[in-house]
Amino acid sequence: MGSAMGSQTMGLGSVDATARINRGSWGESLFRSACFGAATFLLVALGGIMLALFVGGWPAFHKFGFGFFFSTAWDVNNDVYGAAVPIFGTIASALISLMIALPLAIGVAVFLTEFCPRVLAQPISTVIDLLAGIPSIVYGMWGFFVFAPLIANHIQLPLESAFDPDSFWGKFFAGVPNGNLLIASVVLAIMILPYMSSVFRELMLSVPASVREAAYGLGCTTFEVVRSVMLPYIRRGMIGGTMLGLGRALGETMAVTFVIGNAHNFPSSLFDATSTIASTIANEFAEASGMRAAALIAMGLVLFLITFVVLAIARLLLRSQKF
Amino acid sequence: MFKRFAGALSATMCATMLVSAAHAGDVTGAGSTFVEPIVKTWAEAYSSKTGDHINYQGIGSSGGITAIKGKTVDFAGTDKPLTAADQQASGLYMFPVIIGGVVPIVNIPGVRPNQMRLTGPVLADIYEGKIRNWDDARIAHYNPGMHLPNMPITVVHRSDGSGTTFIFSSYLSKVSQSWKVRVGGNDSVNWPVGVGGKGNPGVSAVVKQTTGAIGYVEYWFAVQNHENSTQMASHDRVFLYPKASNFAGAASHANWTGTPGNAVMLLDEPGPTSWPISGASFILVDKDIADANKGATILKFFDWSFKNGGAMAAAKDYVPLPANVTAMIRKQWAAEVKSGGNSVYVAH
Repeated sequence: MGSAMGSQTMGLGSVDATARINRGSWGESLFRSACFGAATFLLVALGGIMLALFVGGWPAFHKFGFGFFFSTAWDVNNDVYGAAVPIFGTIASALISLMIALPLAIGVAVFLTEFCPRVLAQPISTVIDLLAGIPSIVYGMWGFFVFAPLIANHIQLPLESAFDPDSFWGKFFAGVPNGNLLIASVVLAIMILPYMSSVFRELMLSVPASVREAAYGLGCTTFEVVRSVMLPYIRRGMIGGTMLGLGRALGETMAVTFVIGNAHNFPSSLFDATSTIASTIANEFAEASGMRAAALIAMGLVLFLITFVVLAIARLLLRSQKF
Repeated sequence: MFKRFAGALSATMCATMLVSAAHAGDVTGAGSTFVEPIVKTWAEAYSSKTGDHINYQGIGSSGGITAIKGKTVDFAGTDKPLTAADQQASGLYMFPVIIGGVVPIVNIPGVRPNQMRLTGPVLADIYEGKIRNWDDARIAHYNPGMHLPNMPITVVHRSDGSGTTFIFSSYLSKVSQSWKVRVGGNDSVNWPVGVGGKGNPGVSAVVKQTTGAIGYVEYWFAVQNHENSTQMASHDRVFLYPKASNFAGAASHANWTGTPGNAVMLLDEPGPTSWPISGASFILVDKDIADANKGATILKFFDWSFKNGGAMAAAKDYVPLPANVTAMIRKQWAAEVKSGGNSVYVAH
């Protein structure tokens, strides 16, 4: 190849046009197939992961059938496993965290776009974007060492002993301090807040100034502008942004493992311990073999599919948002 | 470009092969995280003495068993003894290497370390959720004069599968029929109540942060972190402190020679100084080792560690095996571990 190229460059004046085209097309096709390879590589990897999870989890699916998704058993001694508790815990913690994070994220975004002085808006947005980059283990440690004991010793334990254990409030606050569904949900909410608020802020900035100013011109208050003009305008995008937050909350592992209590039971209250798919896998995998490992891999596939569907819906909704 | 990359790659590979060829005595083990600190300490001392490198990775007992069965490591460590039948079926030989134990820890206002007295059945009922408050009459019965507050008990257990949990839950199975039927003993069980912490540090942190909590950790961890540990009633109905001599006491009363496959459990052993929640950790090797050199290195290493590693173990708050047990193990090595029909262990 080197010599062929050399001879071509030597005869500078009479470069064979066909050769040049050929050479160009050779490079072009190489470039093209490289890009194609890069693109398909991800798809192949994705399919491969899914296939591997399915093959690895097959013994569990085969042995327990559909009962796997509805059984609460996690009995290592008899090798019987069910995914109902972790699936419930995953979805419950993610939804509760959304309920906490959604109003906060809207508040942050509205403040930044409507009320905040221009000099402060940019630094605050930057800080929020930086918050999104903090590793989850840091949130987990803060939740475990600072937040959970605070809630346990100053809120839950006093309230739990203040009420008769059999009364409604007694049952409401009963559970385990220092690791429960509520603490996990609050930590998750703080983690997904930066994602959601930066998406919301971008969406609110995309509302045409003419629309907002027209509303103000009609005498609307800021609250009315936000409620009746901005939020309806960006609704679909907001649902998409919320789904992105949900996707992150569903798959979060380390932070949740620290603070959810890791009990294989349905929580009897917000203050009770439970587990998520990700926390169960993180906890059990090191010592798992045989059917237990298969059950964990099968749960991994379930999580994969749940997250995949949520993110696919998010994408769809975000794309259909017209800017 | 590709050629140069391939060249670099093959050069690196050659270098790697040369490095590994330089140390024919290198062996690799994996498994139990409990024995990891002591095996690594021994390995370092042994390596500076002989030049043989013993690599050990604490990946968990189950991981170690899987690895030795798959022949990806030369030896494995496990806290959960493999039954004699299982050893036979997988062509493995198992010997105990170190003694350890599990210690309950509590966080009750006014209760100092080693003050609280617990018995096996009381501990089992606390962990089963039958005793839910520290002012329970059964706890008070064994702790006369102690001020026990009206405070809900928060049960803390390991969230990860672990040999510690295996020893602890097996003990509860031994002293409580109800626990045995409902929960059983394993490296991870279906806990009726409580909150899970990851590893000894996780359990310890939750207990320290939660007033009214009870948990369990490895003995060495309890000592090194000055945990608020408890006394335990022994099989002979004496209250014992968690200390090295009481683990050694449990080890000296176990039936080492009569247990098939060395699968000895040190739970609720008789004797005046037998801490009831004790256990041995074990090493697994192939009965028929393909590489005689590696087999010899493994056994030489543990032989050396039995002989010279006692002080190192004690310094790390592990309990060395009694001398009669190590003598028995040496005899077994000569008879059980072979390479191509020849014994690989050279007594010296």
